[in-house]
Amino acid sequence: MKSSKLLKSFESYGYVYLFWLIVFFLIPVLAILTYSFLTRDFQGGVRLQFSLKGYRDILNTTYLTVFLRTVFISLISSTLSIFVAIPVAYYIAYSRFKNFLLLLVIIPFWTNSLIRIYAWIFILGNNGLINQTLLRLGIIESYIKFMYNNFAVVLVLLYTYLPFAILPLYSSIERLEKQIFEAALDLGCTKRQVFFKVLLPNIKQGIISAFVFVFIPAIGTYAVPELVGGKSSRLIGNEIARQLTTAKNWPAAAAISSVLLVITIVAVLIFMYGGEKRETR
Amino acid sequence: MKPGNFSKIVLLFTLLFFYIPIVVLVIFSFNSSKSPEWTGFSLRWYYQLFTSSNHIWRTFVNSLIVGISASLFSVIIGTLGAISMYLGSEKFKKLMWTTTYIPFIVPDIIIGVSLLIFFTTVHLKLSLFTIFLAHVTFSIPYTMMIILTRLQDFDKSIIEAAYDLGAARFTTLRKVIIPIAFPGVVAAFFMAFTLSIDDFVITFFVAGPGSTTLPLQIFSMVRFGISPVINAISTLLLVGTIFISIFLRRYVRYII
Repeated sequence: MKSSKLLKSFESYGYVYLFWLIVFFLIPVLAILTYSFLTRDFQGGVRLQFSLKGYRDILNTTYLTVFLRTVFISLISSTLSIFVAIPVAYYIAYSRFKNFLLLLVIIPFWTNSLIRIYAWIFILGNNGLINQTLLRLGIIESYIKFMYNNFAVVLVLLYTYLPFAILPLYSSIERLEKQIFEAALDLGCTKRQVFFKVLLPNIKQGIISAFVFVFIPAIGTYAVPELVGGKSSRLIGNEIARQLTTAKNWPAAAAISSVLLVITIVAVLIFMYGGEKRETR
Repeated sequence: MKPGNFSKIVLLFTLLFFYIPIVVLVIFSFNSSKSPEWTGFSLRWYYQLFTSSNHIWRTFVNSLIVGISASLFSVIIGTLGAISMYLGSEKFKKLMWTTTYIPFIVPDIIIGVSLLIFFTTVHLKLSLFTIFLAHVTFSIPYTMMIILTRLQDFDKSIIEAAYDLGAARFTTLRKVIIPIAFPGVVAAFFMAFTLSIDDFVITFFVAGPGSTTLPLQIFSMVRFGISPVINAISTLLLVGTIFISIFLRRYVRYII
């Protein structure tokens, strides 16, 4: 009995961890919510006076468009990632060169995201490799604008976050008993049926994780649209930064962040709940 | 069911998609001209990076200072957290899980903004110290989970046994738990270091004047346009990344 008391006495070790996350994560997030209801100080910061102006400032069609665009672009990026990641993860899980292929996915995963963004600017930018080459060969008169639009944002988001989708899908496919597929085929399933009725339901948890792992960083992205997006592809992240820095409207920045937080949490709950429900059926 | 040709083709294109931009980037770091048109092999951009780019190296030193100190701290806090979760009661575990999961579903930009607001409210001047606090905050859920996964490979009864055989609480910690956790601790350190040295968006909000880190420096250079010096920096960072990836590969199961 005394040993179980010993185990419990180790609980106090976790207090530092809990304390740190409460002080530097939970309280700051609550501070955002509070700031969104305060009065703007034009020097930056807020004055301690209740106000709904932060929300009123963002309640217009411009911001509605930005919010819808951000959600849309994040959904597209996460859906495309899943479509690509399932066959890739499946192939790797069965490959004889599993470890090597996995390493090839992990290297971009660990590569600095700014470098990965820069790589595309270097290739597709106005003064980039393709434009310079075409200009030199005399194929075009002036540069073609490949970048600075929504397409470029989705392309680079996909490039940046695809490994986030492949890795969880790989680990859930890897865990499967491989014989279930043979069993299904032996029992007369077509390959298509095996895919939809055996593979997909069994890797559902991996699909949900992959979706969330791409969706969350995509919806909060700042660097990607800032560097490869154009005027018509500004996302929530850019607006938050603009309100904080140049516009010095902190309540508005806090209000945008609060709405973003709510959207993210609702989206994650929908993915998870949707997944759970299908399981019970 | 063996993967068909379709999976193979998708994999091939994915790898090309991943690596063509990186390889192009590396090749052109050795280009002699400033514009992206190949004019011949040269090491001049590396020469420029190593001899006349003091401002870039200063930001790199800042990144190292924050990276090493934040990783050390988050490994200590993460280890203590993992031990408490490994041995604590079910109710306590539940509390720890909730606290650990929530930061994962909050986008980085919100963590950055919230810390900026928090530091401003408590009148903490933005500096390397605030970056350090921010990096410890986003690293500890990862370090805790990596170390916990390692601990969970072992049966708790060996700790009870150590105690029953007369080891004091601290001795049990030092002679049994820490040695078991150690490989996880090392992996967690590298993970935290990589997260710290790579982070852009959170650092962007909590950095003050004079506390620029390498990613912030790269960001402002990239915004300014294409420069072969960025290609050279990227190549060097890639070499580091490949080494870390090979090392962390062994622990990938702890990370996903």
